[in-house]
Amino acid sequence: MENLIKTFFIKHRDFVHAGKPSIEIKNILKSLNTPPDIIRRVAVCGYEGEMNVVMHAYNGRMNLALSATRIEIRITDKGPGIQDIDQAMQVGFSTAPDEFREMGFGAGMGLPNMKKNADRFEIISAPGEGTTITMEFKTRGSDG
Amino acid sequence: MILSEIAVILKARFLFGEEMGAKEIFRIGASDLMSDLLTADSAGSLILTGLATQQAVRAASIAGASAIVLIRGKIPPREIIDLAGEENIPLLTTPLSMFVASGRLYMHELKGLNNGR
Repeated sequence: MENLIKTFFIKHRDFVHAGKPSIEIKNILKSLNTPPDIIRRVAVCGYEGEMNVVMHAYNGRMNLALSATRIEIRITDKGPGIQDIDQAMQVGFSTAPDEFREMGFGAGMGLPNMKKNADRFEIISAPGEGTTITMEFKTRGSDG
Repeated sequence: MILSEIAVILKARFLFGEEMGAKEIFRIGASDLMSDLLTADSAGSLILTGLATQQAVRAASIAGASAIVLIRGKIPPREIIDLAGEENIPLLTTPLSMFVASGRLYMHELKGLNNGR
């Protein structure tokens, strides 16, 4: 059963507010005494996901769901979708324009880093239909 | 090594957080790519970067970094210094380049983000 569900909205090209939701999630988890390593992994995944929406999609939202045993982050966007998911998952692959690279993004590390940091990582995407990424983090035990 | 000692080595001055000069710094990351910092173990680190942006501060906060040093004498706009204050991350500026700043810290036995040397 989920105890807390919170939704954050993410806007395309909004570099001023991007990252705020992930910092808020970090602070929520901190206040719940979540172990620091888990907080860091959740925040990194949320932030990388936010930046993907800001750079590539039109707009999107990030849902945080918490229970006693798990944390789930789901990022859904209305965007162009991903042509080739296997290629997008490769370290160093990026379709980000130079404009975003100059700001320190588009290194092609985001998706693989999200997969690495989450206990479960699922990506659903199709060209023209947007992208949904679901990540789960276990907070207690291994059987969840 | 503590932050105030690093500030002396880098001839850096504090834009925010001088009172946190006693913070222990365990490792150093030098990059202008935010994902590089988020991929490595950046907890308790000092970040050297040429990016004087809000996202540099937010990425440092997400990564659990302990301080940010801007290279080549960059002074960010007021709102970025304020954001460092909100996130409670010391923000410094050094006149040195990335290469020279990194080299000086390496000479002082400091390690990289994944404790490499």
